[in-house]
Amino acid sequence: MRVALSVALAATATALGACSATSPDSGGGPPEPSEQGITLYSGRIPSAIGGAIDMYEAKADRDVQVRFGDTGDLAATLVEEGDNSPADVFFAQEPGAIGAVAARGLLAKLPRDVLDRVPPQYRDPEGGWVGITGRARCIAYGPDVSRSELPPSPLDLTGARWKGRVGWSPASDSLQQYVTALRLRYGDDVASDWLEGMVANDAVDYPDNVAIRDAIANGEIEVGLINHYYVAQAIAAEGPDYPVSVYFPPAGLGSLLLLASAGVLQSSDRKEEAFDFLRSLLSPESQRYFTSSSKEYPLAEGVKPDPTLTVPLSGIPAPRGNLNDITQIQATIELMQDAGAL
Amino acid sequence: MEAGAGAFGDAAAPRGRRSSLLSRRRPPLVILLAGVAIGACVILPAAYLVIVVAGDLGPALDTALDSRTAGVVGRTLGLAAAVTATSIAIALPIAWLTVRTDLPGRRLWATLCTLPLVIPTYVGAYLFVAALGPNGLLRDALGVERLPSIYGFSGAWIVLTLFTYPLVLLPLRSALRRIDPQLEDAARAMGRGPFQTFRSVVMPQLWPALAAGGLLVALFVMSDFGAVSILRFDSFTQEIYISYKSSFDRTATAGLGIVLVVLMLALLWIGSRIRSARATHRLGPGPARPPRPYALGAWRWPALASCSALVLIALVLPVGVLVYWASQGISAGSTSLSLAAGLAANSLMTGIGAAIAGGLAALVIAVLVGRYPGPLTRTIERAGHAGYALPGIVVALALVFFATRAVPILYQTLAMLIFALSVHYLPLAIGPIGAALAQVSPRVEEAARGLGRGPTEVFRTVTAPLLRGGILAGAALVFVHAIKELPATLILAPIGFRTLATEIWNQTSYGFYEASAIPALILLLIAAPPLYLLSERGTVAS
Repeated sequence: MRVALSVALAATATALGACSATSPDSGGGPPEPSEQGITLYSGRIPSAIGGAIDMYEAKADRDVQVRFGDTGDLAATLVEEGDNSPADVFFAQEPGAIGAVAARGLLAKLPRDVLDRVPPQYRDPEGGWVGITGRARCIAYGPDVSRSELPPSPLDLTGARWKGRVGWSPASDSLQQYVTALRLRYGDDVASDWLEGMVANDAVDYPDNVAIRDAIANGEIEVGLINHYYVAQAIAAEGPDYPVSVYFPPAGLGSLLLLASAGVLQSSDRKEEAFDFLRSLLSPESQRYFTSSSKEYPLAEGVKPDPTLTVPLSGIPAPRGNLNDITQIQATIELMQDAGAL
Repeated sequence: MEAGAGAFGDAAAPRGRRSSLLSRRRPPLVILLAGVAIGACVILPAAYLVIVVAGDLGPALDTALDSRTAGVVGRTLGLAAAVTATSIAIALPIAWLTVRTDLPGRRLWATLCTLPLVIPTYVGAYLFVAALGPNGLLRDALGVERLPSIYGFSGAWIVLTLFTYPLVLLPLRSALRRIDPQLEDAARAMGRGPFQTFRSVVMPQLWPALAAGGLLVALFVMSDFGAVSILRFDSFTQEIYISYKSSFDRTATAGLGIVLVVLMLALLWIGSRIRSARATHRLGPGPARPPRPYALGAWRWPALASCSALVLIALVLPVGVLVYWASQGISAGSTSLSLAAGLAANSLMTGIGAAIAGGLAALVIAVLVGRYPGPLTRTIERAGHAGYALPGIVVALALVFFATRAVPILYQTLAMLIFALSVHYLPLAIGPIGAALAQVSPRVEEAARGLGRGPTEVFRTVTAPLLRGGILAGAALVFVHAIKELPATLILAPIGFRTLATEIWNQTSYGFYEASAIPALILLLIAAPPLYLLSERGTVAS
């Protein structure tokens, strides 16, 4: 017992030593500034935000502390922490999560100049959060489908041609936001009919967008409803022969824009620094980083999207109504459950 | 202290004498206090659910009593029952073959058959899809058009069985090893065949181990998120996840969590019924003659074939895919080995911390339950299972709730993470320690008391050292699970603290499977030695 304990303690000490020697930083960027800066809760993984954090750290000479996690988990954590949260900034991958945090009064009102960096449709009407980047919904398709076969709207995927050949992810936020947008634009009946039609047409469930993309790539399904940048990233990584292509349907909100957005916590005692961090995320160089590395649409005015994004931002409908409104998402979930999609 | 314990003992004496010999004494105050403190810690997740639900009873009840919830309960229990049944069906023959027969290489087989436990279900599930999916490696190898679907119930069933059956195998092997062979000899001498002997003599003595292992598997299935989300089975954890995502309304989620706790209590009750109904009298403690291994004869070929098939599917195939991906990742330059070393150090530190804390806490609880059975000690033990049956995210949020209010200084420190993981995995350690305790005759302790030692001193100098093997086994199980854990680690780790598990999450969440293979392989390498020791413990008589 005593021997085992001392072995364990020695191992712990060794591990501690090894750890302090090789402590992994937030993404292999330049050396960290010595002065501690804001604390960020990031719903995006290091490789999708690390470069933008490095840029801010270099400019501000502050070391940003980042907690990476699932956006929903982080939102639930923020709600649980309440006024005691160590976080200064929340960067949410999905709007529902930041909307839920805002609805509890946990977000500070952002300064006018931060909000004004993006067009009005890409920010919180109440001023609690601001969109940083956007990704478009699309129909991804594999080599067995020719472009001319693809319907003008995802609403047409309930046809016999697509029976058992469409992948979707009812449990993912992105599909739920799409359904919310459908409800707000065309009404609950249209959304409900479509959901029932998809279920009746044997649409195949996947847990997330990546799984749908991979399932198209390996031939499990022919088409899928996903966000465009998963395909764009795979093409960037695997080369132009990657077997999945992207199509932006012109009708039925088929290429709806979804926002990744950020806000500052009301409980933060570093609000000015936190606002500066958002200004940095919306600066032209950070916006160019986002669009070139993760193939998203930059939302700050005056920054051009990556050349691989062939459809301009103006050609992609922004959601009508507030997708961050959590009561709307709850209504969507109920509708999806009633239709048997969830 | 001494006087206090004496007073307790005197007060309890008259009632104790009428019940069993073991409950004659009240536990020493220090151990009792430690047990109550541990009980208070492990009940935190359940307490959080009660606090949240009590604050807003209506919506919570609506969710808990929803007709949808009934369906989810049915599906989850169905999956738990199926996985437990197949785990036992796999573990029972393997345990017997590797402990009681002359199977060639049985020590090696024992280790190989235990190792699948190191594979996290979220890794196992995506490997399973890659290998056996509608368009996976197997389809390519067979050259067929389409394989039967692996999604839904069947996929979750297979994957959870493959990567959790060792939880039954481990206690079964150590129980088999403890059985006094003289009973079997007697049965054989009276003309019973080997199978009849097994059924009538050996099997009854294995029920407690089967119940304990089966319970761990069933509760694990109820709390698992990795496999069910990837394999698209709508179980309880999936429902809890959707409930969070849809509303971030913790009341509805807590309602579901309470239902899960009630299910857990029901399973614990069934488990304890099985154990007490089948309890066999302990045989005299003297050193048992090592059992003579059954000669398998020609049966050894099918036995070897089954072991090989199991190891191939549950270990070689997943590790093979990981090695293949890792080689791709290294050649693509996407994997940094020095980064991986730092991650491994962080995982080790977390796992060892949780193993020590969990092992010590489990020791206290096992001794209280084993030596001083009573309503209080049983309550503490049952409450301790709540942290294991609840999904990691619920355990994490409960600790966020309490820590930010009560001990903000500890919030998101390594100590906090280790605390959370040992609360989450405590029941894994109680089993092996309890089994080891059952082998130590209380008379040894009584003799030490008779020689004038105080109860606390007896615990420290006699009981605990005799349980060394059990404590190490329990701690090893906590270690293996702690380094695999994901949701609580993401939320409660110190800021910027990345482990092998968080790195796997980081890479797979965007589909970078090649880059995730190196941390996954290192995770398996770190978890393997403790499991090797565990399986050796079952083979070599102490």
